[in-house]
Amino acid sequence: MTEQVTESQNNGAELLDLYERMVLIRRTEKAAYDLFMSGLVKGTTHLAAGQEGVAVGSSAALRPDDYVFATYRGHHHAMARGASAEECLAELMSKATGICQAKGGSMHLTKASAGMLGSYAIVGAHLPMAVGAAWSAKLRHSGQVAVAYFGDGATNIGAFHEALNLAAVWKLPVLFVCENNFYMEYTPISEVTAVTNPAADRAVAYGLPSEVIDGNDVIVVRDAVARAAWRAREGEGPTVIEAHTYRQYGHSRADPGKYRPAEEVEEWLKRDPLNIARTRLESLGVGAETIGQRESRAEQIVAAAVDAAKNAPDPDPALALTDVWADGGAAWRT
Amino acid sequence: MADVITYREAVAEGIAREMRRDETVVCLGEDIGAAEGVFKTTVGLHKEFGSQRVWDTPISEQAIVGAAMGAAMTGLRPVAEIMFSDFLACCWDYIANEIPKVRYMTGGQVTVPLVVRTANGGGLGFGAQHSQAVENWALTVPGLKIVAPSTPADVVGLMAASIRSPDPVVFFEHKGLLASKGEVPADEHVVELGKASVARPGDDVTIVALASTVPTALAAADELARDGVNAEVIDLRCLVPLDMATVLASVQRTSKIVIVEENPYQGGWGATVASIVADEGFEMLDAPVKRIAAACVPLPFADALEEQVIPTVSGVAAAVRALAAY
Repeated sequence: MTEQVTESQNNGAELLDLYERMVLIRRTEKAAYDLFMSGLVKGTTHLAAGQEGVAVGSSAALRPDDYVFATYRGHHHAMARGASAEECLAELMSKATGICQAKGGSMHLTKASAGMLGSYAIVGAHLPMAVGAAWSAKLRHSGQVAVAYFGDGATNIGAFHEALNLAAVWKLPVLFVCENNFYMEYTPISEVTAVTNPAADRAVAYGLPSEVIDGNDVIVVRDAVARAAWRAREGEGPTVIEAHTYRQYGHSRADPGKYRPAEEVEEWLKRDPLNIARTRLESLGVGAETIGQRESRAEQIVAAAVDAAKNAPDPDPALALTDVWADGGAAWRT
Repeated sequence: MADVITYREAVAEGIAREMRRDETVVCLGEDIGAAEGVFKTTVGLHKEFGSQRVWDTPISEQAIVGAAMGAAMTGLRPVAEIMFSDFLACCWDYIANEIPKVRYMTGGQVTVPLVVRTANGGGLGFGAQHSQAVENWALTVPGLKIVAPSTPADVVGLMAASIRSPDPVVFFEHKGLLASKGEVPADEHVVELGKASVARPGDDVTIVALASTVPTALAAADELARDGVNAEVIDLRCLVPLDMATVLASVQRTSKIVIVEENPYQGGWGATVASIVADEGFEMLDAPVKRIAAACVPLPFADALEEQVIPTVSGVAAAVRALAAY
């Protein structure tokens, strides 16, 4: 079992860092929403406010050289692995300083230097990729694990099932982490899925262990991912983790999410991952002032990031015809 | 020293040479290990390199190609087999949306040096879902290199270049050519991607061909030579990179061009070649640009029907004769 420092042992220092990281993501998502509504972010966004616990908790349990793969709702995963608010917001705003040089956009945030190997916008497509990265780690005896984050909606697409089966058969060091926010886009997942737990109940069919956890409690997530990563590194194969969580915005863009009952939204807002972490911090004796300082710092970082992104230059038009090929070019004929 | 081997043996030989050279080259696919491939194109690989280099997979085309992509991002050089090229449709998301786009959309952060190899084409009576020539499918997607050899030597040389390529390659092995034989250099043999070869020099008409249509074009050229028509046959070898320099240089001399494709006329690769010739070679031409492609129907089962659909030697010869008369 990986050594996990308990919160009481370090007086909540680690939890305080995780809390600040979640606040940073929350404020960044709020900024992204505001920028979208004011017309400075074009296309679409799929905000992860409310789901920060899954990203930050699991990143806390991973090694820096582990691989993660995310979906189009992936801002929190890029930032949990170290992408800055500025490079993410600049990408959303089509600026030259964007994390993907403004060639990816909101749905494709990637930080390969931190093992964050992409955000993919075809539902389920990245699960087999994570399996392949885990296969590579196994063949290279690197001790790395690969993590695929995906929504509940992805559990009904073929790639999910092909990925789980192959990973199980080859006993690969891969973690399948489902962020079950209970809605596949606009439709309740329960209306379109034959089992109660869309990811965990399917794991059984592939002989894989699974856990259903509170995805809004960053410590619960961290510990579950630590257990699964330990199993994977020991050669025990994949684990499916189904983390219950809730998105605080709609599915995308300006969707107000009115298809969700008000009482349900209210109930989940009470269980906001920031509230849960704050309660834990308070119980560890971390004072309101200390917490407030971290919140202020996160807010300042995001405010500065918004300013920097707004003032950043547009991308050089010549970039449109670069980086198709590894030589940096786009030539396809003589 | 050169050995005479079959096109089928050349596939395994080409892969084996690269696996000996580079230990990050790994293979995955259905029945490719102990069974040595349904087309026997992976004979000897499992025996020589073992189960840690040659991996049998379930019938899961998305997992095969998706896993190859993830492995390619993280330090391996995977060679994935899709048994029949028709099955590329089962993993088309990876071929069309994921593999060719990931480098571009991440601003160059990620590369995917992988090969997807697949048995392509008709002539063996496998019917509508196991006989298609689908190289034109791949040509619709920017970001893929597309290779389709016609000889055992090119299979080995282009396989080496494909596996060494830092870019993703779709490698079409033609089922109708598997039993054909040819000399293969015993030593290191690499054929650069994107260099067409002149399979037969001539001055009267240019015939552009690929994979199975190369022997068809050569047979037609032999027939035409008896009538005094001297056709030049260009084997494109690759659709991307597309060697239009060689094609246009030939048309400059012959002023006439016939393009012979196995994929259907509608949306076939020859249309791209023809459009470039029309655009950039218009003043070289003394005759219409002619395309001989498969009929726009699903591939029928019976030989007598299939030969009505796929380009034939006599059909190519007739087209060239018509052009030579201009």
